[in-house]
Amino acid sequence: MGSDTVHFKMNRSAFTIFGAVLILAACRTAVAQVELTGSWTPRNHEVLTGDGLPVDFTGIPLSEEGRIRALSYSESQLEMVEHQCQGWPAFYLVQGPFGLKIWSETDPVKGNAISYTIGGWEDRAPMTIWMDGRAHPSKYALHTRSGFTTGAWEGNTLVTYTTHMKAGFLRKTGAPSSDEATTAMRFYRHGDLLTILEIIEDPIYLAEPWILSRSFQLSAAPQPPIGPPCITAYEGSVGATAPHYLPEKNPFVDEMTTKFGVPRDAAIGKPETLYPEYRKKIPIAR
Amino acid sequence: MRFFLIAALVTLSLGAAQPPGGAASTAKASAPIDLTGYWVALVTEDWRFRMITPRKGDYQPMPMTDQARKIADAWDPAADEAARNQCKAYGAGAIMRLAARFHITWEDDNTLRVESDYGMQTRLFHFNAASSTSPGERTWQGYSSAQWERPSSLKVTTGNLRAGYLRKNGVPYSENAAVTEYFDVAPIPGGGQVLLVTSIVDDPQNLRQPFTNSSQFKKEADGSKWDPTPCTSK
Repeated sequence: MGSDTVHFKMNRSAFTIFGAVLILAACRTAVAQVELTGSWTPRNHEVLTGDGLPVDFTGIPLSEEGRIRALSYSESQLEMVEHQCQGWPAFYLVQGPFGLKIWSETDPVKGNAISYTIGGWEDRAPMTIWMDGRAHPSKYALHTRSGFTTGAWEGNTLVTYTTHMKAGFLRKTGAPSSDEATTAMRFYRHGDLLTILEIIEDPIYLAEPWILSRSFQLSAAPQPPIGPPCITAYEGSVGATAPHYLPEKNPFVDEMTTKFGVPRDAAIGKPETLYPEYRKKIPIAR
Repeated sequence: MRFFLIAALVTLSLGAAQPPGGAASTAKASAPIDLTGYWVALVTEDWRFRMITPRKGDYQPMPMTDQARKIADAWDPAADEAARNQCKAYGAGAIMRLAARFHITWEDDNTLRVESDYGMQTRLFHFNAASSTSPGERTWQGYSSAQWERPSSLKVTTGNLRAGYLRKNGVPYSENAAVTEYFDVAPIPGGGQVLLVTSIVDDPQNLRQPFTNSSQFKKEADGSKWDPTPCTSK
């Protein structure tokens, strides 16, 4: 009996240790994450919007199909009522000039984040990042501006994947994105700096993944969780067709060349222009 | 039994502080990420500021002070060449933003070596930099101290710089500038690896706020596209 009691006590102690180790291991998983919620103000020291000129597709590895569509685009389409509030896809949060407001929904029992939401702007819908392990819906499911996003922690990095975005634009000046585009994002926090790495893939309009990043600074001043409402208005021109340019007829195709000395191949987003060796093909840059 | 419980917890805590693979005494052995190899800049942002030399006065969107603007307005590339200052735009404050290839290797167990083909520059990241170590004379690449940031980043701080340019058209940083960088790696869906370098240049003399940018690099299989090219002011 004495021996049984000792065994029982030993087992209890062993269970206690085992339980403590498990709890500590779980805590280690939790503390491996970083806080992302709060207001983040943009560090706009890089030009990512690229919307200063009608034909500036520099840095975008467009496919041939993407280039043809991009050059057919006229920004006058935005005066059409049905396009005025179209907004931009989820990946615009890295390209756009605004800050981020991030908040989370917490499981009331376990305390873990069920989701993170990145607030919207006037021209970008809020984006929810589901952290509860749910699967992406069928490819035939509804496509929206913000798409469907899941996330998981890899160490201190939040890794997200977005599908089901409506067809839209890679850049506001007309480089298109299809409804098959996907976006992988990684959120790195270093002190009060948040850097988002974004990898956009589009089997139709991109020749290779388009990789971008932008940094944001933690801010005590609150960023708005939503933008002002977009209200459509008649802007005085209703044509029989949507404004566009026919092939080889875009009048702005050489504007980057005349204003900044950028070769046409770079301005229209040829993939080889993204790599340093292309510099040798630019006479003035040698 | 309480002793065993405490011992287990302490052991686990120590385990959390150790790199995978057990105790390691050198930066190379304890590296949580592998940065070595050939990396090519992906010029997906700021194309016209990085692939060509922007025209004088094209400073968008640099957070420059008025003094910095005056200096930049006086930019004279021919004078820089004549004064053998053609590498001013290839210093540590700007080099990772250049359209270049980088070769990263271990110089020794505690020093990471970063070479660029464009400008033919060499940076050394010292992991065991003692505060008493004299950094020597000022150079374009300055003196860099490095530390791993668990679980998966490298932090590099650089000072002791020669005054240089943040952009090839003369946007200045002073010799008092401090550069902080974070190196992170990530997989590319479908294959490949990307290196993300976040750079913060702090120079109150020339910058209204720390100049922050982040650049992407894709890993290459080998150095077959390595193309050493000297610095140029033009």
